[in-house]
Amino acid sequence: MSGNEIVTDVVIIGAGPVGLFAVFELGLVDLKCHVIDILDRPGGQCAELYPEKPIYDIPAFPEISGQGLTDNLMKQIQPFGAEFHFNQMVTNCEKLEDGSFRVTTDADEVFLTKVIVVAAGGGSFQPKRPPVEDVEQYENKSVFYAVRKMDDFRDQDLVIVGGGDSALDWTLNLEPLARSLTLVHRRDQFRGHADSVNKMRALVEEGKINFITGQLGRLEGENGQLTEVYLKTAGGELGVPATRLLPFFGLTMKLGPVADWGLDLHENALIKVDTERFETSVPGIFAIGDINWYPGKLKLILSGFHEGALMSQAAKRIVHPDEKIVFQYTTSSSKLQKKLGVA
Amino acid sequence: MRIFVTDQDGTEHELEALEGWRVMEVIRDWGLNIKAECGGSCACATCHVFVDPEWQDKLNPPTDEEEDMLDSVADYEANSRLSCQILMSEELDGLRVTLADSARQEEAA
Repeated sequence: MSGNEIVTDVVIIGAGPVGLFAVFELGLVDLKCHVIDILDRPGGQCAELYPEKPIYDIPAFPEISGQGLTDNLMKQIQPFGAEFHFNQMVTNCEKLEDGSFRVTTDADEVFLTKVIVVAAGGGSFQPKRPPVEDVEQYENKSVFYAVRKMDDFRDQDLVIVGGGDSALDWTLNLEPLARSLTLVHRRDQFRGHADSVNKMRALVEEGKINFITGQLGRLEGENGQLTEVYLKTAGGELGVPATRLLPFFGLTMKLGPVADWGLDLHENALIKVDTERFETSVPGIFAIGDINWYPGKLKLILSGFHEGALMSQAAKRIVHPDEKIVFQYTTSSSKLQKKLGVA
Repeated sequence: MRIFVTDQDGTEHELEALEGWRVMEVIRDWGLNIKAECGGSCACATCHVFVDPEWQDKLNPPTDEEEDMLDSVADYEANSRLSCQILMSEELDGLRVTLADSARQEEAA
């Protein structure tokens, strides 16, 4: 034990709209929250998949963007001082003898908490893996889905695949380091920033990098070390020397380690809860929002808000079993208004 | 009206479709293996299908937005489309598509 554990009432997994609003409802009943998310900012799907797209079914907002909704929620929960832990994924959850939980993340943060709220939406965002045979055996050795240390690419024959900003940015940043760099995309059109596209094309003109229109076909190498990448192109198969490969096909969601916590699942993908407390099959672990399932479930943000409100009442009883819960309205209760910083 | 959908295991299913429904919604409603994680807002590419070449020209061409999302399917082919961007109409009665591997729901753990 490091002795650096963070002790809290509630750990919320997922900083999407439902996780954020749970901070509000839990705050009204005096529970302190820590929120963990694999992304680098709040908003979940709203921020990652459709920040600019309008949402039309949030009560009292005829139209609001994913980013707007996130910003408003962050403002709404500001009085409750929740602490955020971004860029990390919860990996382990251990039930302790006193009924509380020890939660560990892949960034080695440890939380001691009485209640866990899983608000992880479709799961954690993880890179899309290209459908190339044996790609797993190269992963984290010579195939990477992100650049953690630029030096790993120094003097390497690098192949980057993709047409968005990640592919373009890393092409521009790694070109000076790599021995050779080949950018591969399915079409000669890029959705990244125009400025990056222009810079990339200039490097091609100068002969500093190669650009090939095509797709990943197969990999060659041994013991996880890549030697060549074969591409499918209009002119047939094309081999490119490669000691490093960076495929950038964006992110998709996976249930991830939560699947191994022993919670009852629905069709192996969603967490079963009751509709009074939104508690899972393990007392003290709740699931709200898109990740849960119960008869009649609708994957709507507004359903997740309702689930968070009811969950908070149940969580309160676990954390403060001796306190009587008085149901109050924010419009009339001076106690609640004090918590919100408006009285 | 009907559509014919071949799943990732190669089995063909004949599905009843309704005018105005997105092909993604028809496939999802019949319970075939489709992730469609963004719910039809052309933001994720996990409803990826291959359109039978005979039907390709009968569809509206993909918008720039759909083309951009198609960049994020790793198993792209010339007949790749996002099924959330294909709206059912009389002209598409009998449409044939094949579900891409990249449209799969996460495998059971």
